[in-house]
Amino acid sequence: MSIVADATTRVLRSRFAAALATPHGVDRYLELVNPMWAANEVRARIVDITREVDVPGHPPVATITLQPTSTWRGHRAGQHVQLGVEVDGARRTTRVFTVSSPDSKAGDRFTITMRANPDGVVSRYLVERATVGTMVHLSQARGEFVLPDHVPDHVVFISGGSGITPVMSMLRSLQRRTHRGRVTFLHYAQSPDHQIFAAELEEIRRSGYGIDVHLLHPELGDPALSPAYLERLVPGYRDVPTWACGPAPLINAVHGAYDGSDALRVEYFKPPAVGNGNAEGDISFTRSGATAANSGATLLEQAEAAGLNPTFGCRMGICFSCTATKLEGTVRNVLTGETSSLPDEDIRICVSSPEGDCAVEL
Amino acid sequence: MSITIDKPPVKTRTDKELSPKYTLTAEQLDAFGEEMDAIRQRIVADLGEADASYIRKVVKYQRGFEVAGRVMFYVPPLWPAAVAALSVSKILDNMEIGHNVMHGQYDWMGDPGLNSRMFEWDTMAPSENWKYGHNYMHHTYTNIVGKDRDVGYGILRMDEEQEWRPYYLGNPLYAFLLMTFFEWGVALHDLEVEEVVAGRRTWAENRQIAARIWRKVRKQVAKDYLVYPLLTGPFFVSTLAGNAVANLIRNVWTFNIIFCGHFPAGVATFTVEETEDESRGGWYYRQLLGSANITGSKLMHVMSGNLSHQIEHHLFPDIPARRYPEIAVEVREICERYGLQYNAGPLHQQLFSVAKKIFRLSLPTRSPRPAPEATAAETPLAA
Repeated sequence: MSIVADATTRVLRSRFAAALATPHGVDRYLELVNPMWAANEVRARIVDITREVDVPGHPPVATITLQPTSTWRGHRAGQHVQLGVEVDGARRTTRVFTVSSPDSKAGDRFTITMRANPDGVVSRYLVERATVGTMVHLSQARGEFVLPDHVPDHVVFISGGSGITPVMSMLRSLQRRTHRGRVTFLHYAQSPDHQIFAAELEEIRRSGYGIDVHLLHPELGDPALSPAYLERLVPGYRDVPTWACGPAPLINAVHGAYDGSDALRVEYFKPPAVGNGNAEGDISFTRSGATAANSGATLLEQAEAAGLNPTFGCRMGICFSCTATKLEGTVRNVLTGETSSLPDEDIRICVSSPEGDCAVEL
Repeated sequence: MSITIDKPPVKTRTDKELSPKYTLTAEQLDAFGEEMDAIRQRIVADLGEADASYIRKVVKYQRGFEVAGRVMFYVPPLWPAAVAALSVSKILDNMEIGHNVMHGQYDWMGDPGLNSRMFEWDTMAPSENWKYGHNYMHHTYTNIVGKDRDVGYGILRMDEEQEWRPYYLGNPLYAFLLMTFFEWGVALHDLEVEEVVAGRRTWAENRQIAARIWRKVRKQVAKDYLVYPLLTGPFFVSTLAGNAVANLIRNVWTFNIIFCGHFPAGVATFTVEETEDESRGGWYYRQLLGSANITGSKLMHVMSGNLSHQIEHHLFPDIPARRYPEIAVEVREICERYGLQYNAGPLHQQLFSVAKKIFRLSLPTRSPRPAPEATAAETPLAA
């Protein structure tokens, strides 16, 4: 079976097949026969939807199991995928989700876990409306927030809210790899009712095997993240390889506690809010003819505020859907702080904020 | 390179002296523009599942006809059916799908397969080149003689404002050749050869454009004239001939539909001066008077990519073409209220009118004296 499948894939990806299917590409034909057939693109069928958290009055959390096409190359724990859904059968909207299941190989099933963000078109659709059988569009797995091949003897995971997904994937992978070292797992949630993966974490906590699980609810009196608290849990924590993922306040606290240590790796699940320090000058959107005073926000937000509807995807600098040409002016990458003043430069407007006058082709 | 999609100008008010070609006052022109804007807003707000499933259905049919056509070449007696299926596939691909998708009509769907930035069509012209010449130059400067290169495509004399030269005696011949080799003509159009000859453009500016044409042409030629014929083994020649005929049928059909869009008698052209500092209302007015519709059956509309509604297409180039018939009802009503011409006629009538113009303009326009005499001169030439 797999030899036949490999040979088929090789033929479908060959230059010969491409020459036959030009200019549309092989996938544009295959998808019409069976949406699970693909030569290059990645798609998936939803095969299971499980509610993880369902607190009345709060957005529910669900884990979605996906059966990808054979083109899925697998993922390393901690990586994310872009996932696009056609809401109401028409508008495809794409967002980024972290894989919550352990490392996967090519073609393997995997899961994503998300909270139905009240403003989130895709997460709400997936959690509240999608049904088993629904097809979704995927990218390959991406991201540098991953475990190394040789896992150190002691690792620390710190997460907050739905930032638990990448470190959960890592923890599950370590268990599968029968990691023999020590793992310190800290997670901050609003309350025990809001705890994602509660049963599984409880099971891990009770079974021991060198995994210290600390589920913390500061609103109910548990200690907030601080150098003193970390030192008490993990003496010399600044030198222990640590992966942290969560909302900006938590990540800021972690950064403060680790004080520039190389042992720390972080992932935001939203780009940091942009300060208004350099908000001067005017933005001109050359295609539409609109202009606006620079508010200091990202160009995407400023374009939307000016009534434009630029194309966007992840809104966090990953997918390049929002790429537009900056004709002149200086922009700062809000993720890295780098500035660039090149004319006629392709920029991702979702993570670029202008400094001074700026003209962009929107 | 990103492409500016055709939109009416931002300027909403008419604040200049209008040439006598404008039969509306400045206030009427602005009001007319507002009515057009209102139609646009209403349709854009209403786009959704019906439009998405329509275009997906057309794509499905197109791919089906294509596969059927390619397969039927294995059965020699089915040769005519194979050619017919492949012709239909290419026409759908170029018109209802390609032309319209590349206008950005379906960009709102967020489907990379139907996105104006990514779509490539089954013809020689690379989409990137074509989008610049068509979406930007032709749709922005529609029927402005000297600016819109689609007025005669740099080879034909299609308007009295184009000065006659003895070269234009070949007008009918050039038109015939352009029709036969239309896909090649469209591809080469973007090199703006006549501009290079006139010294207003350098070959260096063409390097990228020519490289794209070369890459695309190689793939198209390999597919239709080498790989598929080879695949049918002993039927190599008949498959090759079939593919060539399908391309020819598509060429003839698209040429005729397109020529009926702007060249029938009564369609207005404009000068650069008349359209300087144009308002939205003025832009809509020029699109309306500069285009002509073809009346006919639903099948004819689909096979023309709804370019049979050239007027509506020029008013709203980025609205899904399947909406043009419903928009046309409103546009006609508005035109009646403002006393504006709405040029529409059946295919044979529009074609005859275009042919007449091609022949008439191959000869020098008679003295620029009052119109009646010029009209009188028309009949014998056309005959």
